[in-house]
Amino acid sequence: MAAVSERVHPRSYARPGEPPGLWGWLTTVDHKRIGIMYILASCVFLFLGGGEAFLMRLQLAVPNNTLVSATLFNQLFTMHGLTMIFLVVMPLSNGFINVILPLQIGARDVAFPRLNTLGLWLTIGGGLILYTSWFTGGAPDAGWFNYAPLNSPPYTGSGIDFYVVGLLVAGLGSLITGINFLTTIVNMRAPGMHPMRLPLFMWTAVVMSVLLIFAMPALTADLVLLFFDRFFGTGFFNPAVGGNALLWQQLFWIFGHPEVYILIMPAFGMISEVIPTFSRKPLFGYSSMVFATLAIGFMSFMVWSHHMFTVGYGPLVNSVFAITSMLIAVPTGVKIFNWLATMWGGRIRFTTAMMYATGFLATFTIGGFSGVMLASAPADLQYNDSYFVVAHIHYVLIGGSLMALFAAGYYWYPKITGRLLSESLGKWQFWLLFIGFNITFFPMHFLGLLGMPRRVFTYPPGLGFSSMNYVSTMGVFVLTAGFVLFLVNLLWAWRHGQPSGGDPWDARTLEWSTTSPAPAYDFAQIPLVRGRDPLWVEKQTGNGQMIPVDTAGADEGDGHHGGKVHMPVQTPLPLYLTLAMMVASYGALFHVWALAVLGLLAMFFFLFRWMFDKDPGMMVDIVDAGGEHA
Amino acid sequence: MRGARRSGAKRWTAAAVLVLAVLALAGCGQAPQSALNPAGPVANMELQVIGLGFWIMLGVGVIVLGLLVAIIFRFRARRGESALPEQVEGNTRLEFVWTVIPVLLLAVLAVPTVKDSFAAASAPDPSTALQVNVVGHQWWWEFDYPSLHIVTADEMHIPAGTQISLSLTSADVIHSFWVPRLAGKLDAVPGRTNSMWLEASKPGDYSGQCAELCGASHALMRFSVIADSPSAWTAWVHTMQHPNTTPQTPAAQAGFKDFATLGCSACHTIDGTTFQGTIGPNLTNLGLRKGIASDSLSNTDANMARWLADPPALMPDVIMPNLHLSKQQITDLTAYLEEQK
Repeated sequence: MAAVSERVHPRSYARPGEPPGLWGWLTTVDHKRIGIMYILASCVFLFLGGGEAFLMRLQLAVPNNTLVSATLFNQLFTMHGLTMIFLVVMPLSNGFINVILPLQIGARDVAFPRLNTLGLWLTIGGGLILYTSWFTGGAPDAGWFNYAPLNSPPYTGSGIDFYVVGLLVAGLGSLITGINFLTTIVNMRAPGMHPMRLPLFMWTAVVMSVLLIFAMPALTADLVLLFFDRFFGTGFFNPAVGGNALLWQQLFWIFGHPEVYILIMPAFGMISEVIPTFSRKPLFGYSSMVFATLAIGFMSFMVWSHHMFTVGYGPLVNSVFAITSMLIAVPTGVKIFNWLATMWGGRIRFTTAMMYATGFLATFTIGGFSGVMLASAPADLQYNDSYFVVAHIHYVLIGGSLMALFAAGYYWYPKITGRLLSESLGKWQFWLLFIGFNITFFPMHFLGLLGMPRRVFTYPPGLGFSSMNYVSTMGVFVLTAGFVLFLVNLLWAWRHGQPSGGDPWDARTLEWSTTSPAPAYDFAQIPLVRGRDPLWVEKQTGNGQMIPVDTAGADEGDGHHGGKVHMPVQTPLPLYLTLAMMVASYGALFHVWALAVLGLLAMFFFLFRWMFDKDPGMMVDIVDAGGEHA
Repeated sequence: MRGARRSGAKRWTAAAVLVLAVLALAGCGQAPQSALNPAGPVANMELQVIGLGFWIMLGVGVIVLGLLVAIIFRFRARRGESALPEQVEGNTRLEFVWTVIPVLLLAVLAVPTVKDSFAAASAPDPSTALQVNVVGHQWWWEFDYPSLHIVTADEMHIPAGTQISLSLTSADVIHSFWVPRLAGKLDAVPGRTNSMWLEASKPGDYSGQCAELCGASHALMRFSVIADSPSAWTAWVHTMQHPNTTPQTPAAQAGFKDFATLGCSACHTIDGTTFQGTIGPNLTNLGLRKGIASDSLSNTDANMARWLADPPALMPDVIMPNLHLSKQQITDLTAYLEEQK
């Protein structure tokens, strides 16, 4: 059993048979390598999106500033929103889920390894298409919400084309990823892991996947209509020719509200893993946590119109959506109280991961409070489109999602790399981030109430906005220092971090029962799950390690063939398919229709190759793969 | 951890100072666009709902965050403690309590939410209310008083103490009409007419701003609502209905000619003249307004000259072009326009 080895594995991460170097990474179907690439790509985009935010805050530091032009400012906040949502928080969550999901349910990979690779490349491809716009006449500038008719000619230029095509490509990746995760959790759990024994992180991954599957099509429909409006002169959103400008908003928020729960769901799951581990107690109220998660997911589809209280649908519609929006606070409150109750009576070890989880509880709760205030429709007529909303979204997205992702980073970095991030740097980083974040965003609540609208490139003196904007910009410097320190820690620990061993935190779930980093086949033998928090159960019974499933006569079931396991082989097809799709996209974007057709043909070619490609898989010898034979 | 306690206390002190600073600002009247400083019944009602939500959330916040801080200090693992804490998996009664209490608190907030949603949308009595049709443009506001046959821009005069019934639409993209001290916002959507009402309890100057992203110069799309005393209102209506349009000084006479020959009149209307363009804002009695360029600049001769010299420089992407006017033309046009009062 390769459980608690103290030595750090060679970290090529390559499966046997995979070519070394870059080509191995580009063609891999290994969930761990894909997860790492998701996380690295997100980090690059995090600094791009952060740079955009930094410029905006510099511009707003003083009234009537002329550092950034009006047009550039609109491009900056549009790209900042798109980047942080689609290219940072979503892929970061997908990255962690990718690495951890098979490990936590006792599987050797996801259900559709090739689709997994395709999801990664489509996400990155969509991001690249979006970012190309900076070099071809300007980034999209109508906000991430991209309301009609501002999103159409003559009001906006080619940047919006890149928005449409980039999000279509990245959105397809998200949809595929959702299908893949859901199928994996439903079908590939280790024996004994029945649904009410799933780690809560896996439950949130289930709900996130369902939300992706049902929400992304609404965005896709919206984007396709806009594509026709912009490329072929239809008028779905143009009131001048009988279209309806509000149709865009409807479809956008039918996607957009579940989307914010797509962003926060994995965060809920991460917190639910970190808090019990470091409190040394099981998660309080597991069943109510599961049902709260399902309830939030379900209700997230019934509140979209609270983004539209001011469009004039009238008091009846507003009242209904105000009440459904407030009701979401109930299951969310249940979660907060359950987390607090998990900590209550525990022996809490304040590692950096736990500090981030605690920070999450404080800042996400404040974001929840402003959320309830926003749900009250008559009050929202004042809050809507003001800086109050900017404060709210950053309290739930940085104070919520990103805090949880940092907690996850410190918690799972050793599982991914075999080394611990520096705890002392980590604590510095936490305080810089926590304090910088609050200095930056807390004043924005007041700015909104004082009447400062969102998305303004400047403001005049004399409205009482100036001092708080200055304070907010100062906070950004502290916040940025926190982010940079994280990068430093990440790079430093890669080579110099303390070796972690398989289970550095005395943790509870299956991923900690294998080595760090996990071997190519994850588990030498599929473990038998004998309770919630399976590893903890074994520790309590004095076993200390997982009992393998009896493999006699069950070879097909867990892919274990007497010292060998059956694994999928790497393939460049997902990469080629993505490249073909990008060729088609650029053809359309630059109106070189021959190129677009060529790209589409190539796409169909690779699709057919994929369909008729037989993947026999390969047999991986457990000893050869660097693990220790059971 | 003592260090953490100190920095925590510092943060709270800083937050308290910030709150006080805001209240002081609002009290000193330096927040002319503040929703916390309402000047009419609609904004008052909305502030009450804001207040109710705030106090409920503050109460819950003190409990939840207080609990969190207490937990951090009380249940922190101490050196040498290795015993496992009691492994509690849940408590049905507690879980029931913290499901039901939020429901009750939300019900308290939901009642005024529904009641005031209807109140804010209820149409005022048409026999006493003044109707104003508002049209959003990139980047200016058109105010049309159909019962008074007055059309103006960027500065909406209203009689204080009277309910004003507003019908909003847009000529291009979506805008949002927001005068925080009088009422929450409502969108001006092309192809759609939305209704709201507001009232200023006392005479005063209430600043407003477009709240929906509407293009490059969204931030500059400001306007004012000026609530007049009864006498001032009567005077304003009279002046607007009987504008004095004959240019007086030689410069203004030259400017009057320029206005026709340089193409200004293709876009702008000045009531009582033959200038009847409808693309840009109506400039009747422009000299009476306190702001120009969508209320983003104060109405002085110098600012008017700057504006005429190069409008897109002051308002990016604005439709009004740089006409490459000579210094003389700018002086004359400024004299003519500022004389309109």
